[in-house]
Amino acid sequence: MSTRRPEHRLPEDELELVSQQEQEAKQQYRHHVYVCVGAACLSAGSADVQARLEAEVAGRSIAGGCAVHGGGCRGLCVAGPTVTIEPDNVLYGQIKPDDVADILDNLGGQPVERLHRPTDKPFFMRQQRIVLELAGKVNSERIEDYLANGGYTSLIKALHEMTPAQVINEISRSGLRGRGGAGFPTGLKWRTVAKAEGDVKYVVCNGDEGDPGAFMDRSVMDDYPFRLLEGITIAAYAVGAQQGFIYIRAEYPLSVKRVQNAIRQARKMNLIGDQVVGTSFNFDLKVRVGAGAFVCGEETALLASIEGQRGQPRPRPPYPATSGLWGHPTLINNVETFANVPAIIRNGAAWFAGIGTEQSKGTKVFALTGKIAHSGLIEVPMGITLREIIYDIGGGIPNGKRFKAAQTGGPSGGCIPESHLDISVDYEALAEIGSIMGSGGMIIMDEDTCMVDVAKYFMKFCMEESCGKCIPCRVGTAQIYHLLEKITQGAATMADLELLEELCDVVKHTSLCGLGQAAPNPVVSTLRFFRDEYIAHIVDGHCPTGICPLQTPQNAIEES
Amino acid sequence: MRISTASPPNDDKRWRIVNATMRRHGYQAHALIETLHTIQETFGYLDESAMRYAAASLHLPLSRVYGVATFYNHFMLKPKGVHSCVVCVGTACYIKNSNHIVKQVERALDVVTGETTADGKISLSVAHCVGMCWLAPVLLLDDEAATDLTPENTVDKVEEWVAYVNETT
Ligand SMILES: Cc1cc2nc3c(=O)[nH]c(=O)nc-3n(C[C@H](O)[C@H](O)[C@H](O)COP(=O)(O)O)c2cc1C
Ligand code: FES
Repeated sequence: MSTRRPEHRLPEDELELVSQQEQEAKQQYRHHVYVCVGAACLSAGSADVQARLEAEVAGRSIAGGCAVHGGGCRGLCVAGPTVTIEPDNVLYGQIKPDDVADILDNLGGQPVERLHRPTDKPFFMRQQRIVLELAGKVNSERIEDYLANGGYTSLIKALHEMTPAQVINEISRSGLRGRGGAGFPTGLKWRTVAKAEGDVKYVVCNGDEGDPGAFMDRSVMDDYPFRLLEGITIAAYAVGAQQGFIYIRAEYPLSVKRVQNAIRQARKMNLIGDQVVGTSFNFDLKVRVGAGAFVCGEETALLASIEGQRGQPRPRPPYPATSGLWGHPTLINNVETFANVPAIIRNGAAWFAGIGTEQSKGTKVFALTGKIAHSGLIEVPMGITLREIIYDIGGGIPNGKRFKAAQTGGPSGGCIPESHLDISVDYEALAEIGSIMGSGGMIIMDEDTCMVDVAKYFMKFCMEESCGKCIPCRVGTAQIYHLLEKITQGAATMADLELLEELCDVVKHTSLCGLGQAAPNPVVSTLRFFRDEYIAHIVDGHCPTGICPLQTPQNAIEES
Repeated sequence: MRISTASPPNDDKRWRIVNATMRRHGYQAHALIETLHTIQETFGYLDESAMRYAAASLHLPLSRVYGVATFYNHFMLKPKGVHSCVVCVGTACYIKNSNHIVKQVERALDVVTGETTADGKISLSVAHCVGMCWLAPVLLLDDEAATDLTPENTVDKVEEWVAYVNETT
């Protein structure tokens, strides 16, 4: 256990004091208005709403007082910009600056009917928030507010009451698995790094979020980066790392800004840096910005990128856990994985293990999008059925259309057809039907979506993002793409279909990294459940949804 | 800590910003991507003299710098227009026909994706999910999302914006 620095007032007491002062300062105000300043709401104009709120609050007297904060995402992105009133827990949506007066007039009374988004609806009730528990309810840019809401108590508990081995045990017993896609047991990975030989060790947070239809990790980094920092710091203590990196994709400038700000504030409070909260544990954290390459989400490519090189993967083993950054043992986990850690340390492994299924514990955050009524960011317990997600939380398919498939795992994943709507959303069940949990993109498709076209879309993405290092991926993805194009143009034969299946098999089994190995998944999965659509294109020269521009003799005549 | 004796391509004061990044990383090879980011943020793109300067300062062969600069999509070797037009082709947008939007925007701007208009004003690019999937298909005109977009009204919306851009700059 760590040895303490002799001092008059203990550092954790100082933090407690900051937390108390913040709570007292907050108690001076009867009302707290949190304006969502996540990227989605910002783009919908939340900065103007916040400015108007601040001006109006300054200009009028409100009984009991009112404070305005920039807060995080409540997940109902379709209703942005959103505003949350605490402690009354009133949520408003689609707020314009001109709505501000009405909102302030009704503080403490009946919510403004026309703007109100009741939170007792299934969209909220069926969710369970662990990772996002404080999102929308704490200030995204002030560590004091995070502290006042119980932030950093887990780090202090870990540093003062637990040995690194005990922390690892707790994570192992919780059953937490990696949220980056593959679901590797987190405790086991931590133990491997802790046991690896060497004095220099690193912790890396994967914030590359490459799935082209997903934004879960961004929300954690934007909304309460402090939570992420706390998780990473606990991990560093557990594995014995002195230096950490958070790798954030270049497309997320707001995340970069918020995380950098959080690091600065944490350093000031001695929550990272030398002798963290008065112990002998030293840990520093830096941000590295990606530069637009999907493959850099793959762990060995990501490490190459941090080293300033082209982001190309290398064969494993050796795994980063034994030989990572500059050859040193390196722990690499996803943003959401780290964000779970403080809750596990605070509430205990048994609590976490009590949520979810036999082998998939806890919750999963999804970006629920596509042909769905309530699009947004949701967090659900593992084991919930897909039907519950789509119909209870998501509000079903709009425009009276029929559900066709849900796509998870993006370019590495697969689709789930209507016949499997009652599937339990957990790692094993999804893998069994040829999809994957993935990092959290969940795109709902209706009867108007052509599944061959979707497969072609993902293959184009993989082809363009292939780093070119290994031939099966570089050449194979291009060949598969061209075959799919041939099919969607109505120029393919059944022999092409056979070739397509064979190629998928080759690329899957011979590619160097996960990008190529998983690239055929969307094709294989759509072939499994929607083979008739492929056949329709090939044999009947007809796209059942009318999406594909088939070059049949019929079309050629019509065009001319 | 290594040092660098290379001197900047010209006496533009902004090279100091670039130097600060390299110094912070002790002119180590791993500072390359951070350095390129700083150059692009400062000058808008990476020209040959900038890449040569980064190579000399970080003690790297020029091929390594060029290799990294061309590997990552984010780095631009040509100047960008002052205005940007971005079509989202993420999954949610794609299934709402964003590929048709791309074609219409290319038509309206008379430029292909990845390029800048002849007058150098507007750059057209695509993105894979800009995180506004509920608005899909999403078209960002200088970071502002065009609403209620369809392939049919795309050309009008873009032309309207171009007229506004031409008026104001
Ligand atoms: C092509 C490819 C892209 C990936 N992209 C991501 C990503 O964007 N974010 C992420 O966390 N993991 C991604 N991964 C998985 C990482 O390699 C790694 O397994 C993960 O970061 C480990 O963290 P976890 O155990 O917490 O999930 C990707 C893997 C591959 C093969
Ligand atoms: S896919 Fe276009 S905004 Fe997400």
